[in-house]
Amino acid sequence: MEKRIDANALILPLLGVSLMLMIWTAISLKVAPDLPSPLKTWQESQQYILNPFFKDGEMNQGILRFAFLSLVRVAKGFFLAIVIGTPLGFLLGLSPKFHQAFDPVIQVLRPISPLAWLPLGLVIFKQSEPAALFTIALCAMWPTVINTAMGVRSIGTEYLNVGRVLKLSPMKTLRKIMIPATLPFMFTGYRLSLGMAWLVIVAAEMLTGSPGLGGFLWQEYNSLVYSHILLSVLAIGLIGFTLDRLMGVVERRFKTA
Amino acid sequence: MALLEITGLSKNFRRGSRGESAVLPVLRDINLSIDENEFVCIIGRSGAGKTTLISLIAGLIEPDTGSILLGGQAICGPGPDRGVIFQNYSLLPWLNVFENVYLAVDAVAPQLAAGEKRRRAEHYIELVNLGAAMKKYPRELSGGMRQRVAVARGLAMDPQVLLLDEPFSALDALTRGSLQEELARIWMETRKTVVMITNDIDEAILLADTIYTLTSAPGATLGPPIAIDTQHPRTRTQLTGQPIYQKARRETLRLLAGGVADPASARAKNGATLVLQ
Repeated sequence: MEKRIDANALILPLLGVSLMLMIWTAISLKVAPDLPSPLKTWQESQQYILNPFFKDGEMNQGILRFAFLSLVRVAKGFFLAIVIGTPLGFLLGLSPKFHQAFDPVIQVLRPISPLAWLPLGLVIFKQSEPAALFTIALCAMWPTVINTAMGVRSIGTEYLNVGRVLKLSPMKTLRKIMIPATLPFMFTGYRLSLGMAWLVIVAAEMLTGSPGLGGFLWQEYNSLVYSHILLSVLAIGLIGFTLDRLMGVVERRFKTA
Repeated sequence: MALLEITGLSKNFRRGSRGESAVLPVLRDINLSIDENEFVCIIGRSGAGKTTLISLIAGLIEPDTGSILLGGQAICGPGPDRGVIFQNYSLLPWLNVFENVYLAVDAVAPQLAAGEKRRRAEHYIELVNLGAAMKKYPRELSGGMRQRVAVARGLAMDPQVLLLDEPFSALDALTRGSLQEELARIWMETRKTVVMITNDIDEAILLADTIYTLTSAPGATLGPPIAIDTQHPRTRTQLTGQPIYQKARRETLRLLAGGVADPASARAKNGATLVLQ
């Protein structure tokens, strides 16, 4: 019985991937002749994959080099997002007045696309790198803010009563009761925020022309090397998936604590 | 003078919001006087307002009328002088057994040296026979063990009164029985003043010096005291054979049913304590 589940776990995803490759081939053959087929994509991209660390100018580097540049940018933006978002979430969760004052603002800011923030970032910072970080942080912050606030609001009264009976100071209540109780929610927020930050990186790099997976993608579109667009898209997807899994592992660790 | 003195206490809950709120009287005219080192059980049906009463004494909620004096001082909010042991244990799941108890020691005696605080926490954990589970987390413990940790934490606050809110109601009968006997032993050792809420008559007779019945909500109030005038420590087997057990049981049941008290307890209504021996 268990063997069968194992086999399924291997065979079924392979089946899914093959089906996707077939659809992709069909589209490139019949529908969109400009779209490179999987085979052509591989042939034209293999030097980026097989030699992932080569560097031949700012905009022509191995795929892992580009990925690294993008990841560093995302890490900085994500760091900003959680450093600002976590305390903001705590304030929203703790104070109903603060929540009333700022919830409308947050609900309006939340659905704004990175494509809208980026020009604003360029206006404010006059440079592409800080503008990109500004955009990533602003877009990625909300899941952290909202989940943290929800976590704080759902701290059991029984835990807070322990703090009240012991007459813990506000700082100690925060440290010993509120933060540990909110941690699982915070990490759910962090995982979603990281996913969002990774989503935004492409837009940020496309518009600023910074070296990275998104920048490479946009440059190759302009140079009509479409297979490299597909290469970037696949790399972005795989890295996003890996990041989510890694954060999922961290999140589960805190769930059981 | 009584250690804990409750006079004319009442508590209403407001149901509904804005405009058409209905006032639901939960407790009315509660008077209770508890001496130092006394073990008092308050027994009532579920929903009678037992937890409301213990929360009032703990200071977690405010009464509408009446006063609660502890050692002659009006209580003001919750505090470690009234250690609470909650029905649902309320252990912090992110701290292990030692840390849960240490938190209480550290909160009530921050001036002590770290080593002394550790020693105290360990002492109370050993008192409830959990020395071997010091580093375990609450999720790794059975319900009975969790409740022991809660008892250790309550004792570690070194309170003037220990308040227990149906501490054993979530446990199976066998575990409950052994924990009751353990609580009796710990009480003999520490001689804390205890107010325990329960819905188990046998538990009350086994442990208490005095039992009060709480009539049913709305507007629940305390019946006359029923003194269990027999020596501690008691064991279940020794107790069930005694006439006092049968008498106490009958009287408690009668008062809980809201029936007219028998002639003996009619005297009690006039202030005298009904003594069963």
